[in-house]
Amino acid sequence: MYQDEELVFSCPQVVADRPTHYCPGCHHGVAHRLVGELLEEMGLVEKTIMVTAIGCSVFLYNYLLVDAVEAPHGRAPAVATGVKRAKPDKFVFTYQGDGDLASIGMAEIMHCANRGERVSVVFVNNTVYGMTGGQMAPTTLIGQKTTTCPGGRCAEREGMPIKMAEIIASLGGSAYVARTALNNVKNINKTKKCLRKAFEVQTSGLGFGFVEVLSACPTNWKMSAIKANERIANEMIPYFPLGVFKDATADVTGEAAGKGEEGK
Amino acid sequence: MSRIEIREDRCKGCLLCTTVCPKEIIKQADRFNQHGYKPAEVPAGDMKKCTGCASCATICPDVAITVYKTKKKAKKGASHG
Amino acid sequence: MASGDKLFLKGNEAIARGALAAGCQCFFGYPITPQNDIPEYLSKALPDRGGAFVQAESEVAAANMLLGATACGVRAMTSSSSPGISLKQEAISYMAGSELPAIIVNMNRGGPGLGDIGPSQGDYFQSTRGGGHGDYRLLVLAPATCQEAYDLTRESFDLAFQYRNPVMILGDAILGQMKEPVLTAPDRPADPAEARDWSLDGAVGRGPRLLKSLFLQDGALADQNRMLQAKYEAMRAEVRWECFETEDAELVVCAYGTIARIAKSAIRKLRKKGLKVGLFRPITLYPFPSEALAKLVKPGRKFLTVEQNLGQMVEDVRLSLCGLATSEFFSIYPGNLPVPDDFDEPIARALGL
Repeated sequence: MYQDEELVFSCPQVVADRPTHYCPGCHHGVAHRLVGELLEEMGLVEKTIMVTAIGCSVFLYNYLLVDAVEAPHGRAPAVATGVKRAKPDKFVFTYQGDGDLASIGMAEIMHCANRGERVSVVFVNNTVYGMTGGQMAPTTLIGQKTTTCPGGRCAEREGMPIKMAEIIASLGGSAYVARTALNNVKNINKTKKCLRKAFEVQTSGLGFGFVEVLSACPTNWKMSAIKANERIANEMIPYFPLGVFKDATADVTGEAAGKGEEGK
Repeated sequence: MSRIEIREDRCKGCLLCTTVCPKEIIKQADRFNQHGYKPAEVPAGDMKKCTGCASCATICPDVAITVYKTKKKAKKGASHG
Repeated sequence: MASGDKLFLKGNEAIARGALAAGCQCFFGYPITPQNDIPEYLSKALPDRGGAFVQAESEVAAANMLLGATACGVRAMTSSSSPGISLKQEAISYMAGSELPAIIVNMNRGGPGLGDIGPSQGDYFQSTRGGGHGDYRLLVLAPATCQEAYDLTRESFDLAFQYRNPVMILGDAILGQMKEPVLTAPDRPADPAEARDWSLDGAVGRGPRLLKSLFLQDGALADQNRMLQAKYEAMRAEVRWECFETEDAELVVCAYGTIARIAKSAIRKLRKKGLKVGLFRPITLYPFPSEALAKLVKPGRKFLTVEQNLGQMVEDVRLSLCGLATSEFFSIYPGNLPVPDDFDEPIARALGL
């Protein structure tokens, strides 16, 4: 580094210095980095017990250098409940995909949120099962083609895509619920702010924090990374509106109580 | 001078960084890296246009970009108390 | 409650109190008959002691909460009955694969399917063969009395942590619902250092730790299974059994749990009539006391296995006898409540009378 310059952006130390197994343009890497930055900025690295889920992010423990336990498919919120009840002074978060959280793990996420467990959930919604090769997910958009709905998802046959942030916000135990996206710099920065809030409601003992992060899966969407980001803006955000759906830290008349924020 | 460093061995050539650079100085190289991707690079001579905004690093899924920004000159008479 | 008290307890409550005496700090459960006294008791007693009780949304979730708590090196337990235990098998497989010292109580009821809520030993295979997917074993303890339910539960936590392996307490509806005097023992709080070398507590002054059962690298899963098998082999040191009146017996009845106890009453009665009958009662169902049983083989001596199922432990009995002898089998159908007199006829038949 030269004398007249300052370092303004580098990889957080808690993020392992190794290449990831993710495909080009996959947003998991961005989400990992944001979580890693927050753990460092909030002084949580040594207090963290991370619960990893099944899906492409199953190897999260290779990339975030914190204590971790691997949960069965969909069960991360139950495992996190056990961890938090056993060690209430630790910082506990799960990192789950849409198949894991909104399909097989629906019961676990609903009841973890409803109990108001003091844990945080990072929910990466990319509308497809990534690791198993691009099958239909509970969040797959109407008309979206996957390997198990090759003609496109049909509402009559497969139902409508599930809006998790809205569901979680309706439960009594959730303290902070937001939906963000990783498709552009502004939304990435907003995602970090929301993740910080979701972590803070845990550290302050307020309750359950949940951030749904709209993300790209260029490989299984069969498009370039750049086109995938455009798809988030043009197709995902119109169906999955961004915004803060619940914020127990905010004055009810304040801006955070609203929903359906802008943002493409 | 603000500048970026791209870790070529980490770059997967997704080119998201090229879409967010306000100066449009990030391009795809013609060569392949060790993983078989054509990495992003800033052609020689263009780096002086870098503003150090860190947009490229923010959107990079592989945390492959480090950003340095020119220090602001201290204002005359500024207090450091 | 002072230690050394003699209390009149249901088997379910004896298990709950045994867990508390062992320093159990967390319980995760879901209602199912006939084990509800365990969560009901602990829902008050654990919070009173600063522990955690969670009624989960399902048996699936309860077992996964147990996974999370034991990953932190905390003494923790779940209990259920047969259909619920089937649901817990996913997490049990993961806990075995991740080497977590969990306690799982199964108060066995009749099956298959919803079966009934009466006593059964129909889960012997499920308990001793792993139960879920993959090659793994639980250390399985089968109490026959309320006292033994208390003592074995109290000890099960030590065994789970010693071997870093899930331990199952296999009782049944009779044991859970009957009341007997139980002599309580002093509380044995967990050694705070017992999980220091592997549990998750935040990476302070050390590298991060990872508890997982996924091994994708070439040869890694083989190594993991090799290590697990060596552990199961080492668990043979814990083999336990009871011999009753076997010294001169012409017929040895093999039975476990409450059925062994009813068989014992029958044997006492038949002894008075001059019949030379004894009892071999495995207390650990896995590891099975094969060597102890094989040592009972004598020229002319006969064996009869009695179970409240359609023939499960009898396979282990026959394997243990190594072809030197065989065992007859008598089935008490799940759903029926046996009495000692029910054993007269099968014992007489096995003796050739």
